[in-house]
Amino acid sequence: MTLLFNLMAQSLQMLLVLALAPLLIGFVRKLKARLLRRKGPPIIQPWLDLIRLLRKEVVLAENASWLYRSAPYMIFAMIWVAASLVPTFATGLTFSWSADLIAIIALLGSARFFLALAGMDIGTSFGGIGSSREAMFGSLAEPATIMIVFTVSFVAGTTQLSEIAAYMVANMELRASVGMALVALLIVAIAENGRIPVDNPATHLELTMVHEAMVLEYSGRYLALIELASALKLLLYISLIACVFFPVGLASHDAGAEAMMIGLCAYVLKLAIGGGALALFETTTAKMRIFRVPDFLGAGLMLGLLATLLVFVTRSL
Amino acid sequence: MPLYLALTCVSALLAVSVYAIVDRRNHDVSRNVYRLCIGLCGVLFLAAVMPRGAHVVSTALPLGLPWIGMHFRIDVLSAFFLAVVNLGGVAASAYAVGYGAHEKEPMRVLPFYPAFLAGMNLVVLADDAFTFLVFWEFMSLTSWALVLTHHHEEDNRRAGFVYLLMASFGGFALLMAFGVLGGVGGAYDFSSIRESTKAGWTSGLVLALALVGMGSKAGLAPLHIWLPLAHPAAPSHVSALMSGVMTKVAVYGFIRVVFDLLGPPAFWWSVEPMTFGAASALIGVLFATIQSDLKKLLAYSTIENIGIIFIALGLALAFKANGMALPAALAFTAALFHVFNHSLFKSLLFFGAGAVLHGSGERSIERLGGLIHSMPKTAFLFLGGCVAIAALPPLNGFVSEWLVFQAILLSPSLPQWTVKLLVPAVGVALALSAALGAGCYIRAYGVAFLGRPRSEAARAAHDPDRWSLATMAVLLTLCLMAGLLPSLLIDTISPVAKDFVGGRMPTQAELSWLSIAPIAESRSSYNGLLVFVFILFSAYSARWVIHKFGTARLRRAPAWDCGYIEKSPMTQYTGSSFAQPIRRTLGVIAFSVRERLDMPAPGETRAARLSVEIKDRIFDYLYAPLTRAVESCATGLNILSLLTIQEFLALVFAALVFLLVLVAI
Repeated sequence: MTLLFNLMAQSLQMLLVLALAPLLIGFVRKLKARLLRRKGPPIIQPWLDLIRLLRKEVVLAENASWLYRSAPYMIFAMIWVAASLVPTFATGLTFSWSADLIAIIALLGSARFFLALAGMDIGTSFGGIGSSREAMFGSLAEPATIMIVFTVSFVAGTTQLSEIAAYMVANMELRASVGMALVALLIVAIAENGRIPVDNPATHLELTMVHEAMVLEYSGRYLALIELASALKLLLYISLIACVFFPVGLASHDAGAEAMMIGLCAYVLKLAIGGGALALFETTTAKMRIFRVPDFLGAGLMLGLLATLLVFVTRSL
Repeated sequence: MPLYLALTCVSALLAVSVYAIVDRRNHDVSRNVYRLCIGLCGVLFLAAVMPRGAHVVSTALPLGLPWIGMHFRIDVLSAFFLAVVNLGGVAASAYAVGYGAHEKEPMRVLPFYPAFLAGMNLVVLADDAFTFLVFWEFMSLTSWALVLTHHHEEDNRRAGFVYLLMASFGGFALLMAFGVLGGVGGAYDFSSIRESTKAGWTSGLVLALALVGMGSKAGLAPLHIWLPLAHPAAPSHVSALMSGVMTKVAVYGFIRVVFDLLGPPAFWWSVEPMTFGAASALIGVLFATIQSDLKKLLAYSTIENIGIIFIALGLALAFKANGMALPAALAFTAALFHVFNHSLFKSLLFFGAGAVLHGSGERSIERLGGLIHSMPKTAFLFLGGCVAIAALPPLNGFVSEWLVFQAILLSPSLPQWTVKLLVPAVGVALALSAALGAGCYIRAYGVAFLGRPRSEAARAAHDPDRWSLATMAVLLTLCLMAGLLPSLLIDTISPVAKDFVGGRMPTQAELSWLSIAPIAESRSSYNGLLVFVFILFSAYSARWVIHKFGTARLRRAPAWDCGYIEKSPMTQYTGSSFAQPIRRTLGVIAFSVRERLDMPAPGETRAARLSVEIKDRIFDYLYAPLTRAVESCATGLNILSLLTIQEFLALVFAALVFLLVLVAI
């Protein structure tokens, strides 16, 4: 009976992240439009776009291989699994024991691996440019993330996200190292999601693009999956930041329905705040040159390293 | 009796060498030799994994030096490495049954190949310093002969020369290490070395010598320079053995000397392996990222993986020195797990590179492309190898790296500041090399196997024979199994950890749903099987939903590429353009890259040229001065050859007197 209940909670969470991810994108777009004094499309527009893409015929390049056709499913599945492993409204859900924070980051790494390969499969110059840049960003962002993981797990004594969240709820205090880790994670999140100032999710046909260049040849249902996956990734990062640094309102897995409801409301609120901050940040910043990005990410890496060292030097900071 | 069985098989391997020479006129000799090797390595593998209970088997044979004899022994550590060596041996031989048929000069491979296998086995079985060194050199020499298979090419001769030089240097260091270990009493069998007490400075010296000696064979930076030259020079199945297996024999030697013979460690022993391991990991992966020769790329990536293994071993030493048995067992298990993993996926990748080389005649990824269409089966298997080595879940490479990270996360409880501050730095190096490694394999696979073919050779490439494909498929299956069911492997390694670092990880097979948890489930746990099932389930449910509610219509059309598709496949991204961002961001520090652009003035009609110059700093700053110093010494000593006979005799006399005085004091 407990198992059934746990499985239901887990599937509920999986469906929840899936439903919310495009809405989050829609919310950020709407807010950005409002900040620019435009009206903007409705918040459910990303969902409508996805449905429309599903109904469209796929135009596949002539020399696309099986890898190109199966990559969207793999990328989507990996990111979805990673996103459902992050506690959203409750901790300790059934599957959260099957992978810790390092495994979640590695799952995202797998998704990136296949996305970059798919970008090179058709054999166009745009695909290559995107994959090459993605590989460079990834190889700087991933170690920065690992440093953040180090910091957080030194503080909490575990790499298990549910346990980290539980520890953070119990020990609400200001720590310099955790603060630095938060800044580093924000930098990584911006870069990993291809947001301004690293990449511009709204541009097209520009030599500065990264993510768009890789998926340029995708259409129809494949494009829908890729878009959904990238929306899920944004949601994942916001949930991760919320779960590790702002775990207020998280219900524990054995709590009742009421606590779960509170957790759910808190989660939606956190997503709205995260999305709002992102929209505000993006409207006030300009995109940077591609070769400035390593400096930006390097700052993230250094902050992460500094945070780790701080924890090492003084267990109390 | 597994030991006698093993020794019989090894002698049989040596006999196969002789058979290869005797029967050289026979048309089928190549197939016969490799088939015999499969059988013998298979039996050796079974002898290694055969349950022996807790006891150790040893024997002394009346061979070798008269007052020492030859001692052989199987304990849990040598059994583990025997299994790794012979699994690699079976795979390489099975692959070579098909691949070896294309060899133009079979007599340059066949006699040495079984002897090389025998040499590696005997090093692992040796139980005294003399036997160990003899077979260590035997292994070096046979592999050197194999490197020189295609001796007509200038590059290969150079590779052979550098290899021989580094091998002799390493062998020399080991000779001194065992000399110091044996002490004045000259106790050269391992059991008496184990029991003797060592002074503080002795252990430091032995540690440094062992690191140099074993490290030069394993390819630890800065002693790695022979490796990227030698591995591409040998035939592919030999490269796989050298890279996947022989480097592991060196790791075995390091563990044997440092964890076993040298006695209880001091905490500072961990500094050297960790520093050199971290340096190797970074240097290896950075150079792998810019290589365009597929086999050279794989060779550099071996250096990276050896670095990871040494980092884990260093951590194990640090924990063991402080009496922290459980973390030590975790780090040690991680190292052995990675040894096993690397032997699997590196062999697989070298076999894949061999298939590409044979199928297209090309080794440079810049002239390949689109192989996924012309050699689909190889492409699939090679992709599996790339995912495994890039440490991506759910394959096995991730599990061992995850274990190393878990070991690093336990390091704040170490009391010494040196180690405490070193570990996070090593952690960054490890994380950076893991991420760069993934990028490196995206590049290798993307440029060689995906896109459009850049040459006629790539268009006309074909899959290899069934033996080769089957071998690669089996290796990939093993990689997947080790990734999905890591608990079984961890439990197999546990007895080794118990004997060598004095602790063991909790029995993993008892945990629910086959998860692994190094310390406790509340601290960290990972379940490869569940994650894999979870991914498959998500992918298939997405597919089901899409095909139920969406349309399945699909049309093939020319690529879009923003409307400007260029007909020539040369407009694709190449390997060097792919590596350019990394070269630009990290290149200045790592390889002192210099890019030169020769742009014609307006009106001139010649083509613009971009040239990139990359230097290996280790070569420039360490080996070049060394070579110069040796050369100038040699020139200086030339005077000696011009001495008259009287002067010579006087010199000998003076030397004699000097030595006698030295002994008298």
